[in-house]
Amino acid sequence: MSREGGFFANLDWLTVFLYFILVTLGWFNIYASIYDPVADLSILDMSINSGKQVLWIGTSIILIIVILLLDFRIYESVAPLLYGVFILLLIAVVIVGKEINGAKAWFQFGSFRLQPSEFTKFATALLLGRYISTNSVKLTEFKSQLTAFVIMLFPVCLIMLQPDLGSALIFFSFVIPIFREGLPPIYLVAGLSLVIIGVLTIVLPIHIIAIILGSVGVIWILLTSKSLKNILLTLLIVGAGIGFSSGFNYAFDEVLPKYQRDRILVIFYPDTVDPQGAGYNLNQSKIAIGSGGFSGKGFLDGTQTKFDFVPEQSTDFIFSTLAEEHGWLGCAFIIALFIALMMRIVFIAERQKSQFARIYGYSIAGIIFFHFTINIAMTIGLFPVVGIPLPFFSYGGSSLWSFTIMLFVLLKIDMHRTQVLMRG
Amino acid sequence: MLENRRYIIQIFFIFIGLVFLVRLFALQVADDTYRTKAERNILQRIVEYPFRGLIYDRNQELIVYNEPIYDLMVVPRDVHIPDTTEFCNLFDITREEFDENIKRTKRYSRVKPSVFLKKISHEKYAQIQDQLYKLNGFYVNPRTVRRYSQPILANELGYIGEINPSQLAKDSSGYQAGDYIGVTGLEEYYEPELRGERGVSYKMVNVRGIDKGSYKDGAIDTLSIPGKNLISTIDLDLQAYAEKLLAGKRGSVVAIEPSTGEVLVMASAPTYDPNLLTGKYLGDNFEKIRSDTTSPLFNRPIMATYPPGSIFKTVQALIALDVGVTTTDEKVKVDLTKIGDHAPAGTYDVRKGLRYSSNNYFVEIMRRLITRGESQSYFVDSRLGMEKWTKAVRQFGFGSRLGIDVHGEVAGKVPDVEYYDGVYGRNRWAYSNIQSLAIGQGEMLVTPLQVANLGATIANRGYYIKPHLIRAVEDNGVITPFEHEKVYVGNGNEYYPEIIEGMAQAVKQTAPRAIINDIEIIGKTGTAENGVKDESLDHSVFMAFAPRDNPKIAIAVYVENSGMGGRAAGMTASLIIEKFLRGYIKKNWWNREAYVLKGDFIDEDEEVN
Repeated sequence: MSREGGFFANLDWLTVFLYFILVTLGWFNIYASIYDPVADLSILDMSINSGKQVLWIGTSIILIIVILLLDFRIYESVAPLLYGVFILLLIAVVIVGKEINGAKAWFQFGSFRLQPSEFTKFATALLLGRYISTNSVKLTEFKSQLTAFVIMLFPVCLIMLQPDLGSALIFFSFVIPIFREGLPPIYLVAGLSLVIIGVLTIVLPIHIIAIILGSVGVIWILLTSKSLKNILLTLLIVGAGIGFSSGFNYAFDEVLPKYQRDRILVIFYPDTVDPQGAGYNLNQSKIAIGSGGFSGKGFLDGTQTKFDFVPEQSTDFIFSTLAEEHGWLGCAFIIALFIALMMRIVFIAERQKSQFARIYGYSIAGIIFFHFTINIAMTIGLFPVVGIPLPFFSYGGSSLWSFTIMLFVLLKIDMHRTQVLMRG
Repeated sequence: MLENRRYIIQIFFIFIGLVFLVRLFALQVADDTYRTKAERNILQRIVEYPFRGLIYDRNQELIVYNEPIYDLMVVPRDVHIPDTTEFCNLFDITREEFDENIKRTKRYSRVKPSVFLKKISHEKYAQIQDQLYKLNGFYVNPRTVRRYSQPILANELGYIGEINPSQLAKDSSGYQAGDYIGVTGLEEYYEPELRGERGVSYKMVNVRGIDKGSYKDGAIDTLSIPGKNLISTIDLDLQAYAEKLLAGKRGSVVAIEPSTGEVLVMASAPTYDPNLLTGKYLGDNFEKIRSDTTSPLFNRPIMATYPPGSIFKTVQALIALDVGVTTTDEKVKVDLTKIGDHAPAGTYDVRKGLRYSSNNYFVEIMRRLITRGESQSYFVDSRLGMEKWTKAVRQFGFGSRLGIDVHGEVAGKVPDVEYYDGVYGRNRWAYSNIQSLAIGQGEMLVTPLQVANLGATIANRGYYIKPHLIRAVEDNGVITPFEHEKVYVGNGNEYYPEIIEGMAQAVKQTAPRAIINDIEIIGKTGTAENGVKDESLDHSVFMAFAPRDNPKIAIAVYVENSGMGGRAAGMTASLIIEKFLRGYIKKNWWNREAYVLKGDFIDEDEEVN
């Protein structure tokens, strides 16, 4: 079937609309975050980030056109090649990359910088889709699970060499498409249990955790069956949990560098960690956000971010500017926009006839969700401060390009969802 | 079945969104401490100190004004100076002081400015001005300091100092630590008028302390409002002349314009230069002045009390005529048996009694005032008389504060019935016990101000106006004068010419050296017992006014330990009167001014008191 209705036929305009709303609002907030009332530069001034962001937005639009022109079928075919290339780039960046903020995450070409891990997400999403959609793969089988996890975690290992904890964390978002495609829930339960035990280990002494886990085990046995097998299995799990807790405790206290430990502790004990030291970023971010009140101080009338009290105010902490100038209402609006976008992506993914396209769609939803969650959580003190951008909002070419490519490749594939059916 | 997992995923997305909304609500809406913290981050409060009100004399001559001084401010983070030793030399500080100041300011803030050196004088500033650009991290903040156009009037003007913690604790009118406040004198009494209102402006600064413009476009900034100016009643030239004459002595001069109660001169000696208690060395200088054994801070015109001496005979005469225990025509035969006397025995009327300052005549007058025969009992009669006498004396402003507009005035003492009851017991004293009051000795105590006020009362023929140092307040060119009422003493005033004639003759009789050829001085000498039983001389007292008709000046002069009133006090008074009425001292066959300035009054033969 040939294209009908021209160049934009079947394009999901709602998603495009949400995309441009977010990008535009992001651009205004970048300007607000660095606006200097004394200098009073234009939003388009190329010496400041908001001016440069115009360049990234413009090039993103070119990328969108290119993506819409390219054949939608190439992504599935080039997936292994692309993944391989980015794995090589991740290795290369550790060797020849430029160290910024303690991580060798960037290639530098003159004044132009590129972060390969941003694009590795895209390649990983494609390869994961292609692998899982292969007929022989059954996610209920261990071999398939293992392969999927390797595709997902291999980049994580390389990124941790930089090291860039934030970017590495994002790759765990692929659990969402894998889960959607049939990963047994026990993995999620186990993963979630480990996270809960980990958090408890930070705030409670180890013997209390042992008592809690023991009690949970006893209640479990009483509620299910008192067979020997069940008892032994429960004991094993409880023992593993306690073992994990003490191992985590040791790692947290002895292995983790102090500055990273403090970044985590400040979440739980905001008043005891040095507010000028490890707690500084979070403390200032909370001041900026908290001072916004219900309806905010008004556009360009914020003070905390533009006067540099909040660090990285146009990139990782862009949410602080939004919250300061537009208050709770503004935050609620942006959060609603993000949720709407993610819901729409899930909707798009679900309407794909091709499994590859669906997995890819869920991957994109998951990546955006993880960025959104971790970024906002760190600015409001629910997650340790790790450097990852807020999609479409944060200043930066790599981030905006990467999200634009990922989103519009999905929309391009979605435009041809009926053709996929015919091919199948 | 796997399709249903989309709902789990979507619910999870929404759940996270809700968690954020709740958390943000807690931070932004439920907790309002962040707003304050945010303002503390960015706001820099700049205080503009108000211009303190000026004080002018009665001829629009400036007495007190403000002189710019400079605080050297520092932003420790920006400090970069080429040579610390040179810096220390420039500002006359030691290396240790430099280090200590740097440490102190760093403790306050590395990025916010604070005071490095206080009160750099205008002269010093002129010297260093062109070097300042080299001293990165330092700048000057102008303030003002009080200056006095002449080194006089110290005790009446008072001084200003930093508000102390206890004043600050009591204050509800917006003083802040480091503010200056009037401590004594007019500076204290008129503090509300003089202080003005401080201005405050808010600047936004970024994390490095760099200026980012005014906060809310200056909507909450306030301009400083200068204090109101005071127009004094003092004649600055005359004040200076009086202080010159008193120099090296101990005493007071108070001169009042009778028709208005305006204080022309209020001099106290020993005194100090008011400029010592301003600026950088206030603390050190104050300590020196305070510990000076000659007590320069003791404001004699209103704080020192003396027995009134013979000048009190005028009051006795006025009361006697007012209540009618004698008349202007009555001749009283006086011998010298009651009390020691310089005046000869003979027949006296009021005029003659004053002229010769006859002790025995006034003892007789006093006897008539106290024992009026209203009771059979000598004691009760004395008691009744005493009550009336005390009341009459107090009408002249004795025994209570006149209420002059500087703090520290004392009441003096007019003994009354209760007092003598306390000393002797009820009805166990009578006229004979209090006889010495007749001639202004004994338990009575008056201040020089009260005596000058008596001079004004006689000059006015029967009333006075509360003496005051400030005539009006000037605010933005609008002059608001203070209103004062006349206070009448006694019931009539027809007998005043007789008293005044007696005083005129008394000057010729007892104070010939106070006579100026063409200006008639109406006065009365006195000698106040110094209360010390040794060889030191009594205090020389002179009360006078001039001219006889339409008096322009009433004066009281006290010169301590200088003997008879006719010399030290009388001549000082006559010089001041002449200076005031004529504008200069007319050359004479002998140099009276040099004689007074020399201050050696105890030669030659004794004069009649």
